[in-house]
Amino acid sequence: MAKLIYGIFDDEEILMQAIPVLKAKGVVCKDVQSPFPIHGIEPLLNFPRTRISIASFLYGLSGTSFALWMTWYMMIHDWPINIGGKPNFMLYLNLPAFIPVTFELTVFCAAHGMALTFLLRSKILPGVTAPIPHPRITDDKFVLHVDVKDESKTNEIAAMIKSAGAQEVLLKSMQFS
Amino acid sequence: MSGNHEAVVRDPLILGKKTYHQMTEDICRPVEGKANKYWWISFFIAFAAMLWGFTCLAYTIGNGIGTWGANKTVGWAWDITNFVWWIGIGHAGTLISAILLLFRQRWRMSINRSAEAMTIFAVICAGLFPLFHTGRPWLDYWMLPLPNQFGSLWVNFNSPLLWDVFAISTYFSVSLVFWYLGLLPDLATVRDRCVTPTKRFIYGILSFGWKGTARDWHRFEEVSLVLAGLSTPLVLSVHTIVSFDFATSIVPGWHTTIFPPYFVAGAIFSGFAMVLTLMIVARKVLNLEEYISLQHIELMNKIIILTGSIVGIAYITEFFMAWYSGVQYESYAFMNRAFGPYWWAYWSMMTCNVITPQLFWFKKIRTSVMATFIISIFVNIGMWFERFVIIVTSLHRDFLPSSWVMYSPTYIEVGIFVGTIGLFFTCFLIFSRVFPVIALAELKTIIKKTGNQYKKKGI
Repeated sequence: MAKLIYGIFDDEEILMQAIPVLKAKGVVCKDVQSPFPIHGIEPLLNFPRTRISIASFLYGLSGTSFALWMTWYMMIHDWPINIGGKPNFMLYLNLPAFIPVTFELTVFCAAHGMALTFLLRSKILPGVTAPIPHPRITDDKFVLHVDVKDESKTNEIAAMIKSAGAQEVLLKSMQFS
Repeated sequence: MSGNHEAVVRDPLILGKKTYHQMTEDICRPVEGKANKYWWISFFIAFAAMLWGFTCLAYTIGNGIGTWGANKTVGWAWDITNFVWWIGIGHAGTLISAILLLFRQRWRMSINRSAEAMTIFAVICAGLFPLFHTGRPWLDYWMLPLPNQFGSLWVNFNSPLLWDVFAISTYFSVSLVFWYLGLLPDLATVRDRCVTPTKRFIYGILSFGWKGTARDWHRFEEVSLVLAGLSTPLVLSVHTIVSFDFATSIVPGWHTTIFPPYFVAGAIFSGFAMVLTLMIVARKVLNLEEYISLQHIELMNKIIILTGSIVGIAYITEFFMAWYSGVQYESYAFMNRAFGPYWWAYWSMMTCNVITPQLFWFKKIRTSVMATFIISIFVNIGMWFERFVIIVTSLHRDFLPSSWVMYSPTYIEVGIFVGTIGLFFTCFLIFSRVFPVIALAELKTIIKKTGNQYKKKGI
């Protein structure tokens, strides 16, 4: 049975140096919790680049399409009106006047779609209880999650994490999503 | 190593050789401690002003906009002036959080949180004016493209006023999301420091269970970057569209192609002035002088010189074009602005917006907190007059001399304006006690990069 243990580090630089050392010894570094983003840690943990910006682009594209359809349907198709001598005959003739609304809806859909995707994908939602192995991980502590495949080796791995620079190692496991 | 870059030539952005924990302590203190006497006095004044404003709004709803000084010649007056003024103030927040993020200006991290909060409160204040200027605010939903009982008569997508509805609602909601996503990690910090279970529960809900794993941070940074990329054209579009409200009409003094860039520059100009006004007080009251240092004030003053000069050039260009175009209505409108019955408004605007910011060329003035505070208030006043001049002087002498009138506000209009100022400060004061006013998590990423100070610790 796999079990998670946590190495608590004082500084992100020490943590960044520790991960390759531990990996070389065959320790499985699953994840890191930190009070702020540590730049350049994703390749160390073998995390692929997020695709959330692609998602945002697609949301934006659907916003554009929706806005163009909406303005065409409302102004050109359903009830065309001649307002102040400026008729609404065809979409491409009126398009310049529809650009502002199209732009705003593009931004609206891209931004909100991406934000919602982020919250759902990372399971950050109102009412979720945060799994916090150490009370100061949102202050100044950096936590390395280590997966222990064989529980008999727990103490050995804990010693390795400590020698790599961790201040302490927590052995109790927490439920992580 | 992680490739942290240490600038040799630059001064540290955060003074006082802080550790991560000290930063947490300093920035969470206003949220965790008790409010002092000054906070309560300011809150009481702001709250009273807000209540007075709401009373005036209630009176307006009951009696109609005939209670305002606006008349059939000057149909847009005090209220639209205030609307444009507030929207403009909001723009600095987005400039700081989005455009300066794209330009990798790390100094923005000390001020972006409160500037974004300011954006949101300013847009709320701005939105009130057009909503009540419709006269029947309970029918405001007619501005939305909803299927309806009038044979499905739709809203007019050719109208700049409708573009405004879309621009401002998008701007408000996107700014709110951008701001709140940035707040999540800091709310989690407050949550994990809470001692009472009630507070812990509330901040637990507010922080959405933020856990700060590497994946979360990776996505968080990507989301911030893309949101900044989306907000940048958005913020420029918002004031552009506000300027279209004027520029697409045929009123002399409004019908100019210079309006969009001129309005955007003016918005950023007034917004930075408001950020300075607030920050100079907040850094003192909340004890954050090491985080919002003189360096930050000086950098903001430089942006004020730039945008103030753009605004000044725009005023002169407008005047020149009125003469050079040879259109007699345009020439008349501008001569009337400068030397007509509202000359005092025009020259207040010129003094406050064109002359005062130029004082920042002197290093002594731009690094003086008191001088900056005074000039920032001058700029706020000047930018209010700019909108007043554009709206009232252009309208009060229209094409038909028989309908020429003068405009003066009633106490109801003044009351609503004072009320929005009260609302703005009430919101800001509550914000400063409930949320961390500085983007703590973001700021922690730059502490090691801002100079040689960290090297001495030998890490």
